[in-house]
Amino acid sequence: MVEILDNIDQREMVINMGPQHPSTHGVLRLELVLDGEIIKKVTPNIGYLHRCFEKYAEQMDDYSKVIPYTDRMDYVSAINQEHGYVLAMERLLEIDVPERVEYIRVIMAELQRIASHLLGIGAFGLDLGAFTPFLYCFTEREKILDIFERTTGARLLYNYMAVGGLMKDVHPEFKTDTADFLKTFRPKIKELNDLLSYNDIFIKRTANIGVLPKQVAINYGASGPVLRGSGVQWDLRKNDPYSIYEKFDFEIPVGMGEMGTLGDCWDRYIVRVREMEQSLRIIEQALDGLPEEGDVTEAVPKRIRPKNGSIYTRSESPRGELGYYIESNNSASPYRVKARAPSFVHLGMLPAISKGSLIADLVAIVGSIDIVLGEVDR
Amino acid sequence: MKKPEEILEYLNQKFGEDQLTLERGDIGEPWILVPASMIRDLSKFLRDDSELRFDMLMCLSGLHYLKEEELGVVYHLHSTKLDHYVTLKVRVPVEEPEVPSVESIWKTADWHEREAWDMVGVVFDKHPNLKRILLPDDWIGHPLRKDYVQQEFYQGIPTGE
Repeated sequence: MVEILDNIDQREMVINMGPQHPSTHGVLRLELVLDGEIIKKVTPNIGYLHRCFEKYAEQMDDYSKVIPYTDRMDYVSAINQEHGYVLAMERLLEIDVPERVEYIRVIMAELQRIASHLLGIGAFGLDLGAFTPFLYCFTEREKILDIFERTTGARLLYNYMAVGGLMKDVHPEFKTDTADFLKTFRPKIKELNDLLSYNDIFIKRTANIGVLPKQVAINYGASGPVLRGSGVQWDLRKNDPYSIYEKFDFEIPVGMGEMGTLGDCWDRYIVRVREMEQSLRIIEQALDGLPEEGDVTEAVPKRIRPKNGSIYTRSESPRGELGYYIESNNSASPYRVKARAPSFVHLGMLPAISKGSLIADLVAIVGSIDIVLGEVDR
Repeated sequence: MKKPEEILEYLNQKFGEDQLTLERGDIGEPWILVPASMIRDLSKFLRDDSELRFDMLMCLSGLHYLKEEELGVVYHLHSTKLDHYVTLKVRVPVEEPEVPSVESIWKTADWHEREAWDMVGVVFDKHPNLKRILLPDDWIGHPLRKDYVQQEFYQGIPTGE
């Protein structure tokens, strides 16, 4: 006992942030070593939401039965999670997917990206004390969920994609619904910018905070908006194109250090806002190109039994590089499914980018990397 | 931009023949099988060599091969500068599951190696903080092993249905 007391540095304090804390975006515990208000060390403790998705996947007697479980990883962008998995399976089995399916998938994935970014942006503002923009974001997100609900029957976890196709075709008014949404949503981005992005208090809370330099980002394996916020032009939809993304004309917004240092919280935030505009462009083009006729289930295999082999396929989820490593062994259930979740990788960077900042800024940093704990813990 | 075959040839010139082998399944991608003792030196070379520049570790997965009584670690690398890919695989016996850590080369490996230790029980030599990440520290066993049996109680709480 005496020994312990002797070793205590009385200026240092250890505080647990979480596991139940509104700004940790789920059940996450951050162990902070503080000197007054200044953070000397952060240790993220994860696993509170661990369900061992990978073990479930191995125990399924059909590769298709894994799809509903992928939904539950990143539950705010379920479509993108499914998309990644079916892409991996299609590459492993060398299935050609009908064009209509690809178009619908892209529209769905981009709608989901907007919905996910709206949640990310809204919650980020909420973390910093801006309550109103959160409600504005949710109003718009709701419209996207309505479109999803009419097609898939679910609002959050869709189970919509199938290996080689889709579970069912879109609802009859899908095209007009989506077009209506595009029309009404464009001006809302400007509104959001006026409300939040260029708000003086918001800028003061986010600029020059949590700076992530380019080289550090690459070495840590950052991807998605986090990497682009550091000024790296890297988007798997362009750099390693999958599905039919090559057909569309869109840009990759990157952080430019407009409000402070390159790679700060504001840069990561604004990349998401600008990405929503690009997603709108993609959806617009995809709606024009969407083939009228076609059976979305025609390429779905009756029985999936891949031979011995393995594949790693990655796709751009709203949070970054979502990879699936699948190993098959000539049976109906996967031998190994490993999900490489972007949030998991990004959270691993937190100790590196938050050292020396204030506790209040840590909230901003956690919000700016936009983690979903379902995906971190799997 | 190099294909896996070319990368293997290039590596053979540097590390000598017979060390590395290119393997492939009936479907999917090929991988290079690497002896465990070599993995750290090889990784450093892959990252720093001007013709390879593998600056990004995309994914690191741990596996258990029940029949062969082996554990595996799979590394998926990508070069953002030269845009080529390679997959490395290491296999070690279950009794001596030691693989050198590549945490000092790619920071991504830190948490991924902890996960592989947690889930399949690969021991990463010289990892600075090799402890469980997803499961509690006092959990018993490694769930992604094929012969894993879940403990009935965890601190007095039933773990089953």
